[in-house]
Amino acid sequence: MARREVPEVSAGSMADIAFMLLIFFLVATTMDVDSGLARMLPPKLDEIDPDTPPIKERDVLIVQINSMNNIAIEGEPADISQLKEKAKEFIANAEKRDDLPQWEAKPIVVKDKNGKVLVDLGMMEVRKGVISLQNDNGTSYETYIAVQNELVRAYNELRDDMAKRKFHKPYDDLDKDQQKAIRKIIPQKISEAEPRNIGK
Amino acid sequence: MAKFGRKGKGGMPAISTASLPDIVFMLLFFFMVTTVMRTADLKVQNRVPKATELKKLEKKSLVSYIYVGKPKGKFTKIMGTEPRIQLNDSFSKVEDISQFITSEREEREENEVPFMTTSLKVDVDVKMGIVTEIKQALREANALKINYSAKQKVE
Repeated sequence: MARREVPEVSAGSMADIAFMLLIFFLVATTMDVDSGLARMLPPKLDEIDPDTPPIKERDVLIVQINSMNNIAIEGEPADISQLKEKAKEFIANAEKRDDLPQWEAKPIVVKDKNGKVLVDLGMMEVRKGVISLQNDNGTSYETYIAVQNELVRAYNELRDDMAKRKFHKPYDDLDKDQQKAIRKIIPQKISEAEPRNIGK
Repeated sequence: MAKFGRKGKGGMPAISTASLPDIVFMLLFFFMVTTVMRTADLKVQNRVPKATELKKLEKKSLVSYIYVGKPKGKFTKIMGTEPRIQLNDSFSKVEDISQFITSEREEREENEVPFMTTSLKVDVDVKMGIVTEIKQALREANALKINYSAKQKVE
């Protein structure tokens, strides 16, 4: 009465093999995505061209963090919540004030390897501002990263504004060449100074 | 009733396990794709700070890691509680960094060396003194591309 099925090739051990592999990968790998704030360190001191002209005072925004994790902008005590606005005001210098960074008209052109023009935005005024971040040996790393984050945020917001003005799209939606053009208009210049003790 | 009775005589048919390997393989491939190989056993505390303006690290194979933090529980007896540097699997000094960078470079293709990044995984409780020393050592070794490892801040 029982109808016999055609016997299948036994795949029973296949599951065991696959499970073994699965467990191996579960144990040997991690899942966390690595992310962080990307930075370029300045090259060694003796490699810097001695003929580089000194930077004018109006072109530098000095941000200091002392060992008590207090922040000072240009010598004035400040709170971390003010930092982004101050930095934006300094970088953009929208009103062309005399005490904020100078500007320089530069052609903004992005070319590919063969010299073909990909993006051409014409002459743009590029600000020369540099943010100099100074910290004490006793500054906590948490505060340091918080300050770095605020500074990067100031740059990112300005780039976003510029992208919306030039391409009518947020910065993240632009293609690589357009992003490069925006980065040329607003270069991110954060200098991490030589270590020194600022004191309390 | 008789109708049902007759059917029950055959006994419960075994649940086919033929598709089990397929399911497990699917899981396996999922994990193979989404995860990366564990690199080092952490010997220091490592809670990275939180930030919002994060960039993802591309090309994991070109990243070398420097861990900084207080030694974990069982190592405090030998190493004390001051923050220490961990390179690969061992506690190290700042002076060892240049050698570490050199050996990391030797493992990679020559044309990839300029794209190498050093990821600083520093614990939140660490003071900047040791981080500055590491930065100076990296400058000395000409490994200028760095990344301050941080987690996404949830607002």
